[in-house]
Amino acid sequence: MSLKTFSRGGVHPPEHKLSSGAAIEVLDLPEVVIIPVSQHLGAPAKVLVNRGDQVKVGQLIAQSVGFVSTNIHSSVSGKVLKVDKFPDSSGYRRMAVQIQVEGDQWEEFIDRSDDLVRNTVLTGEDIRKKILEAGIVGLGGATFPSHVKLMVPKGKKAEFLVVNGVECEPYLTADEALMTSKSEEVISGIQVLMKGLGVEKAILGIENNKPGAIEKMKKAAEGSHIVVQGLKVKYPQGGEKQLVQALLKREVPSGGLPIDVGVVVFNVGTAMAAYEAVMRNKPLVERVVTVTGKSLAKPSNFKVRIGTPVSYLVEKAGGLSDQVAKVINGGPMMGKALSSLDVPVVKGSSGILLIDTEEAKRKEVLPCIRCSKCLTVCPMGLEPYLLMTLAEKGLYERMENEKVMDCIECGSCSYTCPSSRPLLDYIRLGKAEVGKIMRARKAV
Amino acid sequence: MNKFIVSPSPHAYSSDSVPKLMYGVIISLLPALGVSVFYFGIGMIVVTSVSIASCILFEYLIQKYMMKVKPTHLDGSALLTGLLLAFCLPSNIPFWMVMIGALAAVGIGKMTFGGLGNNIFNPALVGRVFLFISFPVAMTAWPEAGQWMSYTDAITGATPLGLMKEGLVNKTVGEIMPEVPSFLNLFMGKMMGSAGEVSALALLIGMCYLIYRKIISWHIPLTILGTVFIFTGILWLANPDRFADPLFHLLTGGLMLGAIYMATDYVTSPMTPKGMIIYGIGIGIVTVLIRVFGAYPEGVQFAILIFNGFTPLINKFVKPKRFGKEVSRG
Repeated sequence: MSLKTFSRGGVHPPEHKLSSGAAIEVLDLPEVVIIPVSQHLGAPAKVLVNRGDQVKVGQLIAQSVGFVSTNIHSSVSGKVLKVDKFPDSSGYRRMAVQIQVEGDQWEEFIDRSDDLVRNTVLTGEDIRKKILEAGIVGLGGATFPSHVKLMVPKGKKAEFLVVNGVECEPYLTADEALMTSKSEEVISGIQVLMKGLGVEKAILGIENNKPGAIEKMKKAAEGSHIVVQGLKVKYPQGGEKQLVQALLKREVPSGGLPIDVGVVVFNVGTAMAAYEAVMRNKPLVERVVTVTGKSLAKPSNFKVRIGTPVSYLVEKAGGLSDQVAKVINGGPMMGKALSSLDVPVVKGSSGILLIDTEEAKRKEVLPCIRCSKCLTVCPMGLEPYLLMTLAEKGLYERMENEKVMDCIECGSCSYTCPSSRPLLDYIRLGKAEVGKIMRARKAV
Repeated sequence: MNKFIVSPSPHAYSSDSVPKLMYGVIISLLPALGVSVFYFGIGMIVVTSVSIASCILFEYLIQKYMMKVKPTHLDGSALLTGLLLAFCLPSNIPFWMVMIGALAAVGIGKMTFGGLGNNIFNPALVGRVFLFISFPVAMTAWPEAGQWMSYTDAITGATPLGLMKEGLVNKTVGEIMPEVPSFLNLFMGKMMGSAGEVSALALLIGMCYLIYRKIISWHIPLTILGTVFIFTGILWLANPDRFADPLFHLLTGGLMLGAIYMATDYVTSPMTPKGMIIYGIGIGIVTVLIRVFGAYPEGVQFAILIFNGFTPLINKFVKPKRFGKEVSRG
């Protein structure tokens, strides 16, 4: 039997999982952390501390405002140096709290023991409340507040929880490291999320290039209602629409969400964070980050506090060499390029990837030869070559008809193009313009 | 301190490139080239060399002095056009005619539309048809296989399709068939015809290589061959005295070369698998109509050029299956 995977398109870039098999290493604390108050999709949290305040690990320093927003906690103990705008991974200066690290004193309500907790008496309502309190967001990179996802909209019904352990991006291994070393906790976290969502069935998808993780998770899932499913290695399987289709053969409708087909998707890292939040009262103050690249002496999986400078992580993994020309926050396919290493790790940082000069530069753009490879690889069944031409000509209404808003920006088209055409750049431009048109239409 | 490059994702690229694809196609043509040199000797070598050199030279001159752009004559596409043009000419054609054909192929077929990627019609076929109309005598005198040292002085004869067309005026298929080479010879390529089109075996090996390397998909070649097989099969079953059998049609003329190499040209063929199948069926039907009911013995070149013209229309109306239109519950 051939392995399960999504049906349309996809590519298989070289995996380069350099840090695969590296155990999770807990990093020493840095001297100073910078904790942005907007690490999630939605409204930035409201700052609660002032310059000079003493804070502990896990203390609430910025509060959720509005429905789609979440809490921010201090990841270290020490003194607040400044509440000001600092450059974040986007390159923009945004509101953040800078804290001088002094010792490592945690809030008393946090259970820091290592014992596994498998059952909870809490109700779904309590779980959702705790997840909001702990500031949990989607750790796969989208950083959508998790408590919002757990609240199923009226008229919809959740049937399945799908857990994303795919890690289809080349280089990244943070989720793999987590599943291999903390399988029991991840399973317990999935059960917490199932209860929070009110579903009986969960399915965890893992790509077949992580046999160790599959084996560990299968063992940990024994006797539960959680199915662990190995998947054929193909990018972008971690896209939630692709993953739901690969595991359950259900297609999320155009413009819809997985809940439209009765599914809610969480990342394994989020399941772990949910476990710690609900079972140990621990807010989201640290996460696993892969630091990798061909020039690094020691590609690693680090457990780091939120707000730790990226430069500190790079130094601990072997340091920056002269041949590094590009630094990516995330994986090579969908990550964002950083302009400086002096930015903090945030809740959505799954990896830091250093790219050497020869691979960092784009190749010369040649004319489209209509080889149709971009159509073949598009997981959404779009026509990237056509969308690019339409964007170049400014024909945005036609782009809307050609379903440009379905694009998940996975980059398979740009990756595969033999003429090195910047297909996704132009598609993004088109999406932005079509978005404006759609909003204007709504406003009328 | 390092200065970092900042650009939007993706930050990784496949190793595919236009030259790599073009040279992949050229490699797949080597078995057919070998067979042609084996049967047509020095003539094939002269025609191929002149055709390739002329295509590259004309592309360079036109880009440099007329279009005033950076020449791309070495990206492999001009070489491929030159090779394919040589493949669909008789091996005894004078070299200056080859040069005129190359000028028509590159100049009219490709550069007038703006160069690689913008042409509507297959450049090699434009060159061939230009010569076919300009020099009908030279373009229909086919050297017999096995004359290694002959070029323009080679002894010539008619192609199997030509024998069939002329013979059917007053004979039945059964009476003509003994005059044409055996199926084994047709399959191996020992027959009269354009220099590169004769060996079905070598061309099929090339097709397997192209599909294996994922340079082309199966849709276009197999649809064309299948359509021709079915259409001629129906005619043959209806009246075996008037219509040759389907295997004869598959193995003769330029069908294999056309279906595998001319019709699959990226630029001039449809983008979606469904579009490719429509295009392939169209080419198959028109090829058979011209061969069986038209004035010319062979029709594949015209069929492909006609459907090249339909390609933009097919691309406009045949869309890939979008993700998530219907919700399937299972």
